[in-house]
Amino acid sequence: MAARAEADLRTRLQNWIPKLVLSPSLAMIFVFVYGFILFTLYLSFTDSRMLPSFGWVGLENYSKLWRLSHWEISLTNMGIFAGLYIVVCTVIGLMLAIFLDQKIRGEGVLRPLYLYPMALSFIVTGTAWKWFLDPGIGLENTMHLWGWESFSFNWIKDRNYAIYCLVLAAVWQTSGFVMAMFLAGLRGIDNEILKAAQMDGASNWNLYRRIIIPQLRPAFLSAFVILAHLAIKTFDLVIALTGGGPGRATELPATFMYSYTFTRNQMGIGAASAVIMLMTIAAIMIPYLYAELRERK
Amino acid sequence: MGFLDIRNATKSYGAVEVLHNVDINVEEGEFLVLVGPSGCGKSTLLNMIAGLEDITSGDIAIRDRVVNGVHPSKRNIAMVFQSYALYPNMTVGQNITFGLEMHGVPKPEREKAMAEVAKLLQIEELLGRKPGQLSGGQRQRVAMGRALVRKPDVFLFDEPLSNLDAKLRVDMRTEIKKLHQTLGTTIVYVTHDQIEAMTLSTRIAVMNDGYVQQLGSPKEIYDNPANLFVATFMGSPSMNLIQVKLRVEAEAAFADTTDDQGGKVSLPVCGASAALKSYKGQTVTLGLRPEALTDVEGADHRSDHVEKVQSMVTVTEPAGSDTFVTTTFGGTNCVARMRADADVHPGQRAEFAFNMEKAVLFDPKSGKRIV
Amino acid sequence: MAAATQGTAIRTGRVARTFIYLVLLLFALFYMLPLYVMLVNSVKPLSEITGGGMMNLPEIWTVEPWRKAWSEAQIGVQPTGLKPYFWNSIKMVVPAVAMSTILGALNGYVLTKWRFRGDTILFGLMLFACFIPFQIVLIPMARVLGVLGLAGSTWGLVLVHLVYGIGFTTLYFRNYYAAFPTELVRAAQIDGAGFFQIFWRILLPSSGPIAVVSIIWQFTNIWNDFLFGASFAAGNGAPMTVALNNLVQSSTGVKEYNVHFAGAILAATPTLLVYIVAGRYFVRGLMAGSVKG
Repeated sequence: MAARAEADLRTRLQNWIPKLVLSPSLAMIFVFVYGFILFTLYLSFTDSRMLPSFGWVGLENYSKLWRLSHWEISLTNMGIFAGLYIVVCTVIGLMLAIFLDQKIRGEGVLRPLYLYPMALSFIVTGTAWKWFLDPGIGLENTMHLWGWESFSFNWIKDRNYAIYCLVLAAVWQTSGFVMAMFLAGLRGIDNEILKAAQMDGASNWNLYRRIIIPQLRPAFLSAFVILAHLAIKTFDLVIALTGGGPGRATELPATFMYSYTFTRNQMGIGAASAVIMLMTIAAIMIPYLYAELRERK
Repeated sequence: MGFLDIRNATKSYGAVEVLHNVDINVEEGEFLVLVGPSGCGKSTLLNMIAGLEDITSGDIAIRDRVVNGVHPSKRNIAMVFQSYALYPNMTVGQNITFGLEMHGVPKPEREKAMAEVAKLLQIEELLGRKPGQLSGGQRQRVAMGRALVRKPDVFLFDEPLSNLDAKLRVDMRTEIKKLHQTLGTTIVYVTHDQIEAMTLSTRIAVMNDGYVQQLGSPKEIYDNPANLFVATFMGSPSMNLIQVKLRVEAEAAFADTTDDQGGKVSLPVCGASAALKSYKGQTVTLGLRPEALTDVEGADHRSDHVEKVQSMVTVTEPAGSDTFVTTTFGGTNCVARMRADADVHPGQRAEFAFNMEKAVLFDPKSGKRIV
Repeated sequence: MAAATQGTAIRTGRVARTFIYLVLLLFALFYMLPLYVMLVNSVKPLSEITGGGMMNLPEIWTVEPWRKAWSEAQIGVQPTGLKPYFWNSIKMVVPAVAMSTILGALNGYVLTKWRFRGDTILFGLMLFACFIPFQIVLIPMARVLGVLGLAGSTWGLVLVHLVYGIGFTTLYFRNYYAAFPTELVRAAQIDGAGFFQIFWRILLPSSGPIAVVSIIWQFTNIWNDFLFGASFAAGNGAPMTVALNNLVQSSTGVKEYNVHFAGAILAATPTLLVYIVAGRYFVRGLMAGSVKG
């Protein structure tokens, strides 16, 4: 019997090349993502101000952060913004999807019209809405010129209402995308189930409430996850639309972090706020990704 | 030593051993079929021969060269895949010659080899087309062409007919057999279809749970299954298994069971061995293929051991060429293969002829055949 | 999409249908309105905007605002217009998109066809990187770019976008290649093709659709990015979005709304063009990032 052959060169290469090819990407991810996360985490425990410094201060930045009214306002704003944004986007998206799914003539024209804002930069969206909502030249002025003298719409200048302008612009940008997600979900439902339900005498209302919408669960979940993570990351839109104002009326954690780190020279506190943002997103994304990756095995 | 030797080969994924100590020697020109239910390890074994999966322990040798760890392209094998695995972006001609190109064969030679194979398989007019434009049968031919052009030592087939419709499958089966007969190549062929295994092979390895249950010629496997698994897996409808009590009187042995009404049925066992007689008084399993349980007129006239027993017919299934008749012996359903025009009706008693020459007996505990 | 033509089996009455069409049209107006306002007002003289309704069509049509936005407007210190920043964006987008797509394709190929122990975990780590709030990496990134001498440069932004784009491109190619028959790879192996030959000769020729998706997604994302641009490329190296924001937010002089609108449309044009030409692939990219499987 011949001696047991070792793997030949080609086979051994074949075992190594794939890992070699993957390694630059992995190295980049490990350094620039996970390494940086650790670095920022570390900074959040230091007395860094304008530049990183390494004096350990424990949880001081976090306790300072939670005492800052500025941070509290941005969290409250985030609550209002994220809640409304997610709910309104989902409602509009689902409604448009259901309506479009009724064998609508011109669906091919309407769908891209609903979706194109997603291709725009938030800076462009912000610029457009900023002037549209501006009482001096925008909607209010137009209504006045059209003869509706008493019309008043100055939310964007109003501390109590400016956050809703943010919601409006953000919904305008992403609700079409949510519509597309739900439409894909609707089109994926087995038509025979619907026929069977109709044979059973279900009304349209019941058909949607009892049969179709429950089957869209995965689409709801995906929409929620995507919208939640977009909401937490919202930054450009605020900068372009309101600049965080009037006052602090539209400050969000993302803008808070940016201004504390780069303009107010409170890097330690900025890092702490970034860590909290990351943990919030991680709490949403990790279970979702875990479930998605497991399913596909 | 054979042409392709599998010596004590095992395969584990982590702590799970999926293939246990497989030993098979394939002679040059043999057509070996690995057959078994899905998950039995047959495809894993084929992939190990191909080099697509490594061998955990043991050896695989082709022409006395141990090929463990040798790259698939250097084993001088060719493989036909279940999905045919034709490269969708290449023409048929490019598909066939890709392997030669990768092995650095100069273009004129490639063209010549391609022309030969295309002629053999009658696919000359397809050479310029893309796989997407071919029918299932044509793809199958191209896949075989790609394997043939390499002139490998061993051909590996991984369920190549399972994606074809029933009629085409039978035609292609015949073609593969014809090809094997004309070219005399060595083939290892994986299938879950026991009819393919029977019709194509010169030898069959029946596999289950990662073990080779039996290795032998189609006739051996069919007539003398080594255990209950092989007995039931091969043959359709599958072998009837009746629980019988073994009675030994002097030199003769009898299998005692009951008919549908609980009446006593005593079947003489022909050529009872000493091993069998040691089961005296115990319950054993009697295996009888449907064609060995027939109507009286249809019984094998060459057999001297035909026993006639009456029993109730529960279902008849006319299949055109035969009629399958279900009845009860020993409390279990038995299927008899009768002539198409046999005069039997559900709810009536009919006479069944047992060809006891074909009967086999199994130990009900171990499942092994009692020799 | 074959499924797109197949509506549900639901029947609706005449009144309900009228209502549905009405709602759908209203929303179409809602989505179109800002674009209309921008377009219309970008071809008006300034006096018409401040004096008249923003909805009205211009009385005097003019391309002056566009010319001004492109080559004259004051951005930062110099009256250069958006032109140099537009080219900055192009110089940033093209290499970043090309490199991240190539790497994503190779990663997807390895992760589906050359699987190894722990590959799913590694992929999960890459995927999670797509979703982090980038605030968490801003501080160290700024320092690293400084150390590498890339601070404020286009190449610095290329690196940043490459790093944070790989997750998505890998996701696209991985999902796509997962559906690509592994038997083809095995057949090619037996035929004697090596790792790169298999990729080049077998997988890549069939990767057109997903490459388009990946390129469009990366192009849109990188072009539209503001955070990284604003953080790492101040001054003359700034990309288009940052320049547009500077133009719009600048507090000196008269607010030339018409120029702002023209600038905004200029910043939106490349991605809008991509959307118009290849919207189908754009939607696919969006969906792949959300509803996987």
